[in-house]
Amino acid sequence: MTALLSGARTLRGLAGNTWLHFAARRLVRLLISVWVLVTAAFLMIHLIPGDPVRAALGLTASPELVAERRAALGHDEPLWLQYVHYLGGLFSGDAGTSVTSGLPVSRVIGDRLPATVELAGFAFVVAVVAVVVAVPLGVAMAVLTRGGRRRRTELSFTSTSVVLGAVPEFLLAVGLVYVFGVRLGWVPVAGRSGLVSYALPVLALAAGPAAVLARLLRVETLAVLHADYIRTARAKRLPGRIVYLRHALPNAVTATITVGGLLLGAMVAGTVLVENVFAWPGLGTTIVESILAKDYPLVQGIVLVYGTGVLLVNLAVDIALALLDPRSTIKES
Amino acid sequence: MPSPGKSKWAGVLRTPVGVSAATLLAAVLLLAVVAPLLWSDEAAAVDTGQILRGPSAEHWMGTDGLGRDVFHRVLVATGLSVGLALLATAIGVLTGLLLGAAPILLGARAGRVVSAMVNIAVAFPGLLLALFFAVVFGVGASGAVLAIGFALAPAFARLTQTLVAKVSGLDYVAAARIAGLGRVRLLARHVLPNVAEPLVVNATVAAGSALLAFAGLSFLGLGVQAPAYDWGRLLADGLAGLYIHPAAALAPGTAVVVAGLAFNLFGEAIAKGVGLRSAPVVFRRRDRDEPVAPAPAGEDRRSVLAVENLRVTFPGGTAPVRGVSFALRRGESVGIVGESGSGKTLTALAVAQLIEEPGEVTADRLEFRGQPLHELPDRTRQQLLGTSFAMVFQDPMTSFNPTQRIGRQLAEVSEQHHGLGRRQALDRAIDRLQAVRVPAAARRAKQFPHEFSGGMRQRAMIGMGMMGSPALIVADEPTTALDVTVQRQVLRLLQSVRAADDVAILLISHDITVVRRFCERVLVMYAGRIVEDLPAADLPARARHPYTRALLAAVPDMSTELERPLAVIPGRPVDPARVPVGCAFAARCPFADEQCRGADPPLVADREGRRVACWHADVTGGRPMMAEEVRVGE
Ligand code: SF4
Repeated sequence: MTALLSGARTLRGLAGNTWLHFAARRLVRLLISVWVLVTAAFLMIHLIPGDPVRAALGLTASPELVAERRAALGHDEPLWLQYVHYLGGLFSGDAGTSVTSGLPVSRVIGDRLPATVELAGFAFVVAVVAVVVAVPLGVAMAVLTRGGRRRRTELSFTSTSVVLGAVPEFLLAVGLVYVFGVRLGWVPVAGRSGLVSYALPVLALAAGPAAVLARLLRVETLAVLHADYIRTARAKRLPGRIVYLRHALPNAVTATITVGGLLLGAMVAGTVLVENVFAWPGLGTTIVESILAKDYPLVQGIVLVYGTGVLLVNLAVDIALALLDPRSTIKES
Repeated sequence: MPSPGKSKWAGVLRTPVGVSAATLLAAVLLLAVVAPLLWSDEAAAVDTGQILRGPSAEHWMGTDGLGRDVFHRVLVATGLSVGLALLATAIGVLTGLLLGAAPILLGARAGRVVSAMVNIAVAFPGLLLALFFAVVFGVGASGAVLAIGFALAPAFARLTQTLVAKVSGLDYVAAARIAGLGRVRLLARHVLPNVAEPLVVNATVAAGSALLAFAGLSFLGLGVQAPAYDWGRLLADGLAGLYIHPAAALAPGTAVVVAGLAFNLFGEAIAKGVGLRSAPVVFRRRDRDEPVAPAPAGEDRRSVLAVENLRVTFPGGTAPVRGVSFALRRGESVGIVGESGSGKTLTALAVAQLIEEPGEVTADRLEFRGQPLHELPDRTRQQLLGTSFAMVFQDPMTSFNPTQRIGRQLAEVSEQHHGLGRRQALDRAIDRLQAVRVPAAARRAKQFPHEFSGGMRQRAMIGMGMMGSPALIVADEPTTALDVTVQRQVLRLLQSVRAADDVAILLISHDITVVRRFCERVLVMYAGRIVEDLPAADLPARARHPYTRALLAAVPDMSTELERPLAVIPGRPVDPARVPVGCAFAARCPFADEQCRGADPPLVADREGRRVACWHADVTGGRPMMAEEVRVGE
């Protein structure tokens, strides 16, 4: 009896815990998102006008071959049954068979994924390091340039970061190839061989997000410096160091992380273009090849991988936010 | 006469960034229309004798694999690149609008499903969505237009949702709905006009993104297909020959960046211009070190604050506080009352040394506990103010740091100024929270500001002021953001702190009834000056300044004091940038005459120490004034 009571009390205690609430809500959202993603990937093929098998095999394929492939792919079954099979297949790690190569989709992805993950991972680390450098820079810029002081410094900082942030990664990649590969000949312009070959693609991916974040951090810090709680901190006569580091910085960083998460997600997608500039043997080149070859099972599989990657990045960002800003664990209305 | 909307847009064009962005964008758009008409033939002319040549006088940027002129091809490609991007943006905005307005169009339940889907879709980067839709719609220009359009849609749907939610809360939209206006007409007539501005701004920026995305898809071979060409296509073609002939890749690349930037910058500029991202007003601190006349000997030991001829000025000659003098003694409670813009809050901030640059504070005398604040070394002054000068601000919600626990925010005062360790400081914080009647203080100290109610936050703020041993609490509209019962609690708490610890209180309020009930003395401010200073007990009967009497007259009913709306006096308060000669109140004063308009009346004290600044104080004080009398034409 007492055990039951204490159990109930624990439960109630847990129910009052905003953190647990947050975790549970976040988990449900992740599961729903994954389900939507899988369903979208499944429907993608069926949304294509015409017969995807015919499209993949080409107009010259014989009707028998088409029928055979249709049957092999299960396209004869009713849609809901295909859906059930698709889900079942995914659960057992079977994402179908590549039409062009005849290999299992999971194997093709397994071959190509590491190159992409490495690229994105390096770029992420570089961007984070750059932002860690940019945090003090952004805050320093905010403090130095507030109230219209040092107009010139502000202008050059802003314009540099605006331009750098507005150049899409694949154009930056082309520029980098031209300067460092063609003109200077320092690094290979394509392929994945040795550590040097990572330099340009990683730089192309990381530069834009880092510039945007540094700028954002400045804007946020400026806004935060005008906040009421900063005035409160000043009214407490705290030294400037504490006002900036303890009261301004965490608040400025919150917004930066939110946007940083979006940029990170975009970076995952950005690898597609950058890989194609550098002929990088990763998922990005593979998805474009398979789209052009109408290898739909492979496209489906890769879309799932990218989508899941983005969802995981979003999850990581939300957790980081929850740690930094307790308000974000409250249910958004 | 230009409408306010028009002048706002014109304002965009007056900033240097706005002008250059607009010019650049206009050039891009013009080129998009003109170039295909003028140079299509030059761009298509094949010259097999001139394959893959570098830049020359004849071909500025060289030739491509078929000997065609790269420069002309880049120019002509503007048409397709920009046109398709705009088309995709239009599709995106339209689809987004429909999805975002789903709750209105489809009813609440279906609307909720759509919103949930939109919220999931927004989480994916646009390029990924575009790739997904490119598969569905097929490879090629039209497929890519649809793909990019649909990829933009979730973001616009989200924006529309937010905007619509804001608008449909408005009374007139609710009224229109009750009146049975059809859903589509409701959307078209009441909702759209109100969300149009931010949508346009975002669409401009989105057009830039669409342009870049289109270049990306074409570059991958998924967008525009040969023999048609846009910048992305040219870039892909040029990239293969990057070693021999870089211009063929760099020229279209540069074109993409420039055009994308034109859209982006123009979007940002109009966003700033129409005030979607308005910058907050800035006040800055300035530590002054001007010598101040030494305090006269034999100073009253009970003096807490002595202010003489305090002025706050901002660059451009604005002086929102123009020579204010007053004094506070221990345990005294003084209220400053006036309309917003009267300079009462700036007076409080100036006294607290919290005016920020570029604001400047000057005073003939500014002493706290007998110490001239301007003369003290920085450290000493911060120590003095940090331990015995407390502030309570208007909005307890925004005045606490949302990322720090309440206990920590209190404790850091003692860590800083009393040299306490973390643990001891926290104990003191809990003790102070108890003192201001925060229940379960030890547990509450571990909570964050958002877990406190408004009244409790304000009490915690007072508790923060009591971490030291305050001689003065400056409370700037401490109850304005709170509801009525909580207002009373907070005022009662301040009152008991004052009584228990002999603390002086300076209460800033727009509300003369609150000040009258709470304070012993009342200072009435108008246009940056004190116009009347009298014991609260003398109100309302012995108020002599017409402004004070107008404030009192605007109080409709003494029995419902706290529920009534804010006091309103006919006419407009004085703009601190344009203070008139003569009495600042003259334009709204029924007693104003030539003398009033010619010279500013000095603040003169009578034998009992009551001060008033009015040429006709004796006349106006002689008879009671009706509310109607105060009504003044502008
Ligand atoms: S000085 Fe004249 S204008 Fe000013 S308040 Fe007195 S009567 Fe009115």
